[in-house]
Amino acid sequence: MAKDALMDFDEALELFEPVLGFEVHVELNTATKMFSAAPNPANEAHHGAEPNTLVAPVDMGLPGALPVVNAEAIRSSISLGLALGCSIAPSSRFARKNYFYPDLGKNYQISQYDEPIAFEGSVEVELEDGTIVTVPIERAHMEEDAGKLTHMGGSTGRIQGAEYSLVDYNRAGVPLVEIVTKPIFGAEHSAPALAKAYVATIRDIVRGLGISEAKLERGNLRCDANVSLRPRGQEKLGTRTETKNVNSMRSVERAVRYEIQRQAAILAKGGTITQETRHWHEDTGRTSPGRPKSDADDYRYFPEPDLLPVVPAPELIEELRAALPEPPAARRRRLKAEWGFTDLEFQDVANGGLLDAVADTISAGAAPASARKWWTGEITRVANAQERDAADLVSPENVAALQRLIDAGTLTDKLARQVLEGVIAGEGTPQEVVDARGLAVVSDDGALIAAIDEALAAQPDVLAKIRDGKVQAAGAVIGAVMKAMKGQADAARVRELVLERAAQ
Amino acid sequence: MRHLGVLARIQLSDEEVQSLTGQLDAIVDNIAKVSEVATPEVVATSHPIPLENVFRPDVVQQQLTREQVLRNAPDQADGRFRVTAILGEEQ
Amino acid sequence: MTDLTRLTAAELAAKLSSSEVSSVEATQAHLDRIAAVDGAVHAFLHVSDHALEVAADIDRRRAAGEQLHELAGVPLAIKDVLVTTDMPSTSGSKILEGYMSPYDATVVARSRAAGLVPLGKTNMDEFAMGSSTEFSAYGATHNPWDLDRIPGGSGGGSAAAVAAFEAPLALGSDTGGSIRQPAHVTGTVGVKPTYGGVSRYGAIALASSLDQVGPVTRTVLDAGLLHDVIGGHDANDSTSLSDAWPSFAAAAREGATGQVLTGLKVGVIRELDDRGFQKGVSDSFRASLAAMEAQGAEIVEISAPHFEYGVAAYYLILPAEASSNLAKFDSVRFGMRVTPQGAATVENVMAATRDAGFGPEVKRRIILGTYALSAGYYDAYYGSAQKVRTLIQQDFDTAFAQVDVIATPSAPTTAFRLGEKIDDPLQMYLNDVTTIPANLAGVPGISVPSGLAAEDGLPVGIQFLAPAREDARLYRVGAALEALLVDQWGGPLLDKAPSLTNGASL
Ligand SMILES: [Mg+2]
Ligand SMILES: [Zn+2]
Repeated sequence: MAKDALMDFDEALELFEPVLGFEVHVELNTATKMFSAAPNPANEAHHGAEPNTLVAPVDMGLPGALPVVNAEAIRSSISLGLALGCSIAPSSRFARKNYFYPDLGKNYQISQYDEPIAFEGSVEVELEDGTIVTVPIERAHMEEDAGKLTHMGGSTGRIQGAEYSLVDYNRAGVPLVEIVTKPIFGAEHSAPALAKAYVATIRDIVRGLGISEAKLERGNLRCDANVSLRPRGQEKLGTRTETKNVNSMRSVERAVRYEIQRQAAILAKGGTITQETRHWHEDTGRTSPGRPKSDADDYRYFPEPDLLPVVPAPELIEELRAALPEPPAARRRRLKAEWGFTDLEFQDVANGGLLDAVADTISAGAAPASARKWWTGEITRVANAQERDAADLVSPENVAALQRLIDAGTLTDKLARQVLEGVIAGEGTPQEVVDARGLAVVSDDGALIAAIDEALAAQPDVLAKIRDGKVQAAGAVIGAVMKAMKGQADAARVRELVLERAAQ
Repeated sequence: MRHLGVLARIQLSDEEVQSLTGQLDAIVDNIAKVSEVATPEVVATSHPIPLENVFRPDVVQQQLTREQVLRNAPDQADGRFRVTAILGEEQ
Repeated sequence: MTDLTRLTAAELAAKLSSSEVSSVEATQAHLDRIAAVDGAVHAFLHVSDHALEVAADIDRRRAAGEQLHELAGVPLAIKDVLVTTDMPSTSGSKILEGYMSPYDATVVARSRAAGLVPLGKTNMDEFAMGSSTEFSAYGATHNPWDLDRIPGGSGGGSAAAVAAFEAPLALGSDTGGSIRQPAHVTGTVGVKPTYGGVSRYGAIALASSLDQVGPVTRTVLDAGLLHDVIGGHDANDSTSLSDAWPSFAAAAREGATGQVLTGLKVGVIRELDDRGFQKGVSDSFRASLAAMEAQGAEIVEISAPHFEYGVAAYYLILPAEASSNLAKFDSVRFGMRVTPQGAATVENVMAATRDAGFGPEVKRRIILGTYALSAGYYDAYYGSAQKVRTLIQQDFDTAFAQVDVIATPSAPTTAFRLGEKIDDPLQMYLNDVTTIPANLAGVPGISVPSGLAAEDGLPVGIQFLAPAREDARLYRVGAALEALLVDQWGGPLLDKAPSLTNGASL
């Protein structure tokens, strides 16, 4: 693969205005699939099932099978539409999108075409620097996911060069809502950051609604990013590329930046952009060309005759509207005020994806400052080291419990970090780890005094200095005592006792 | 016609292409016929008996065993359906 | 001893419930009949290995005093378009040869639950595309009245099976007349229920918005009995109606008293004049109307100006939906796989499989449907055809404001000879002119034998149509006319059919 020429990002932005667009697929976490009563692998309870064990006749397109719409998926889709500020269609319909692909059991995808369930909305997206950008939403429609292909043989596990592929239909029929933005103008230098923040916002919205597990690494959220450039001062939109299935927020950001630099280099040389899908390669940080748009995209849509119009009662819409959680941007504003964090402190939490974790830890009884300190500090450090999601490492309840042990004097900060390590390792609650590892602070003065007397006896010169009023010399004794106590002592208390015993 | 064969995933022989090309006229005739009366003010009927909001509760019910899923598979490996190499990409 | 195969399902059911005969005896009699005549008729693609077992189980349960359904123990033939767990389901296509479904079609499950004994799977035009059963990938079915003639289609196998006394009851499916037209040419009874009245779950789809499963029998009462078993709401079919349906058997029994004809308004369609029909068909139709009139029915001329657009609309909607419904036959999960020479990709494996696995008529309709849906044509083609459905529904509404039922000949001609029209699809399509409007509008229709055409001695059927959800009306009127005609004939029309076992016809 030849390396693409790239233009410097700032230079590209001088010459061209980037126009963005996103299609985000959200996997709903309903108990069953969109059109069958088979278990939904996008629900935590069924995640990771063996291949082809979560399949009903309609999911694999068995002869005679018919789809029936999942009522809960309709509610979730309406809620999501409302959270995106969309109008809910008084009547919407399913349509068949016809194309042959081995992961598509029926060789058509049941989707929505000209009558989506939700349309015309907008969502406030907060960038890392606190700027708010309003992203216009064109539509949100319901559809089903396809199965999963694994490409075998060849070297790369990629489609190119594979000898054969294996198909698992567990994912076929997973309920999806596809959210399509209108063209987004004016992001300028923040375009890559906006891409990331937009996906984060969608994730926060669906998480807040509780309608998706919202784990990007599992494909619960998948983003296609459209990028086009137009020369400064030009009205007409440039040709866009669609980078498919970018599955982490950092990648979305990088992919948008890359496409801006790549397209700018081509345009600046007088070249033209090919309208095509592109693939993001996490390893190389590049995109590569995929399928050009062609008449193979003739999907022959027509209304799905096996399904009927969805005509939500106005009361249902109002019920779901009333139950909507606070929009992410508004919630941030509120929490920041409630917690009394500085701008920087708050951005640290928000940009780390730790808002929920911190909020839940505070709800579990921790003070805001200590909750923030744990999550942005030690837990994030471990998460980075283990390449995991901080929120997956430890529950907010356990973090609050840990802080309670510190506040009660049972643990020192240092001991608490060891306890946290045990909790992350799955050894139980903080108290259980304290008990099992015997990590609590030694608060029995008798044991400390015995150790101090021994240390003083061993270092008569130090004892003399202390008695001479050179109190700082006590450090050596304190260190020896702490070592003897394997660190499980409160250093301040040890110091007090050392001075007491030395004076006797 | 070749393009239709590609869209429909049917490898048509030259004779088939020839004879089917002539028959597209039947579709054209039919469209001409229905166009006589299918004026803009007529609403389309997609379902003969109009119904709406037919939903199913979100409760796990149907589920095939893996054996049932794979029973008719022309080829399989590792509990999955096996197909020859794929040229085109996902949509 | 009476020949058990000559009994109607109702008569056989009575003998079974009084334990005068066992289900094993009844089933064996039908299996024997199949063995004797099906070599000539070829109504069956598969004969069940379990029929006697199932029958014995019914006999056991009855002996144990279990309260069984009225039809328990009666044999049933099943159109191969319906999936079954214990027999292959091919829909008449090579591409599905040997396919075993992991689930039963709802109508099959309900039939089993009622204790009906599945005898086998009946022949049909491939994927129900055809009016003659000549497009079956497994060879044509022959009309028991004249083995050189077509049994109608697509459900020629089911109709021939009941006409040849191989089964008292059969299940069919009707997309544009595939139950009613075979009934017409075989001297049997066929009902296309109101769309949504019978579940489509497990019926291999041809055109989803037109398909409907229904009974194929020798009498109107038998059709009502079977309809009562298979009908009603099914949560697995979104288009299934949740209506509480009356008993259609009760409606047939009520109709057989004949009183229903007094004051009944029967509409005849002005635009369907005699010109398009074989003389013997028209004559039989007029004679039936006259017989009904003599019993106090009033014949009212009505207008259905848009029916003439029905065939054109049908042949836009059907191929469009079929092209999509048949996309699933791709060699990946089930069915045939053909791997072409050289470097195969899944794309050309699919294309080669579909080329080899589908017959010419299926390929023709898939290509036409693909065309009708492709780039930019959806509104003009499929959408316009759907507008015709609206207009035809309006014609029905207007008509049913004036009359109780509409009557037409069930098809323009009697059974034509095998091979006669196979190369003339358009001519074959015109066969459906009388039956198609019911599918487009979703209304129910029944075909009842009205007599034999004078010129060829072959059966003719009369079709009654009723408003949507008024299927019971068809059973009342159909049974009334049937009683009247059987009385005139001195016995069922099928008594006049060749016996098939005296050597002459074989
Ligand atoms: Mg898309
Ligand atoms: Zn999509």
